[in-house]
Amino acid sequence: MNSLLLKVLLLFCALNGALGLYFHIAETERKCFIEEVPDETTVLVNYKVELYDPRSGGFMPSSPGIGMHVEVRDSDDKVILSRVYSSEGKISFISHTPGEHIICMYSNSTAWFSGSQLRVHLDIQVGEHAIDYANIAQKEKLTELQLRIRQLLDQVDQVTKEQNYQRYREERFRHTSESTNSRVLWWSLAQTGVLVCMGIWQMKHLKSFFEAKKLV
Amino acid sequence: MTKKLLNSAVFIIFFVGFVNSVEFTFDLADNAEDCFYEEVRKNQSASLEFQVSAGGQLDVDVSLKDPQNRVIYTQERATFDSHQFVAESTGIYAACFSNKFSSFSHKLVYVDFQVGEEAALPGIDEHATVLTQMESSSQTIHKSLNQILDAQTHHRLRESQGRKQAENLNERVMEWSLFETFCMCLIGAFQVIIVRNFFRERKPSQYRRL
Repeated sequence: MNSLLLKVLLLFCALNGALGLYFHIAETERKCFIEEVPDETTVLVNYKVELYDPRSGGFMPSSPGIGMHVEVRDSDDKVILSRVYSSEGKISFISHTPGEHIICMYSNSTAWFSGSQLRVHLDIQVGEHAIDYANIAQKEKLTELQLRIRQLLDQVDQVTKEQNYQRYREERFRHTSESTNSRVLWWSLAQTGVLVCMGIWQMKHLKSFFEAKKLV
Repeated sequence: MTKKLLNSAVFIIFFVGFVNSVEFTFDLADNAEDCFYEEVRKNQSASLEFQVSAGGQLDVDVSLKDPQNRVIYTQERATFDSHQFVAESTGIYAACFSNKFSSFSHKLVYVDFQVGEEAALPGIDEHATVLTQMESSSQTIHKSLNQILDAQTHHRLRESQGRKQAENLNERVMEWSLFETFCMCLIGAFQVIIVRNFFRERKPSQYRRL
């Protein structure tokens, strides 16, 4: 009876611990995800890789040989994180610049295995979703209400960050539009100038040419 | 008997505890189809939201399939939409994004796949006592803030759509103006050469005939 209980509990833990979303990639394929985040925001990435097993036609729950290379780049294309992890991993980083953060994953397998499929379970949590409230409640001994207020504060914080980021993006957008506007204006002037110069040069050149040939 | 009881008890816990929500943006290559799978339990509500934020005509084909591989929702060449459904059976649901119709433009697609309701805070909602006013109002604030965050995400995506288009336009104006200036100079020089050619002295051999 005891062993059954243990088994069921283990199953429960395993199922609950499983990450929800998954997708398939070829072993040598590279898959990138983009998270647009404000600055000073925590991003939590959880993943688990399973290798396709042709013998059983399913996916092996644990593939010790497979490692995942995870690379995170910020909006300036600067590498924040680049490491090889095992087949299961938990990565978290804090953004220092606002913008699109690109998270790329590819397995460290050699071409020898290429053609086989990988199943990648992935979970990405951003901002206040990445906070583990159970942990906080336990550590800081907060009451239920205090914990709720804590969550509200985190959320408001996130909203404020997002708004700051929005302001920043709006500024960039405006700069782009203004730049387009002025470029169009200057170019139309430049085009007129080029046309006039070209016309004058053509006239002069042909005139001197005809005079030299004594045609005029 | 005990086994059954135990099993059902565990499954009840499992039902309550099973919650998942993930949002991300990915790059959909031209002529490609990307699928994402998620397990949904029976009678659990789930929602799929997507938005194309850059690339081509900002359109993508979307289909959502249930565990029996039946299509329960499909959109062709859509820019953004959201779909909510209640799972009819437990199993793997697949959300597929296809760019097969486009052979040269790749797309950036934002996806938000939510399964189940938001997980309760530990300690809260576990006891069945009536909530105090403080508790219920804090819960209301929490829900409103969630809505605000969702609205912000939506807004951010629309904004990035506009911004990417504007940046693209800026670049294209720049490239086109350089190209056209180059063309004008070339055509100008070419015209002169042609006109000169009209009046070029004929070779002596051609004069002899006259």
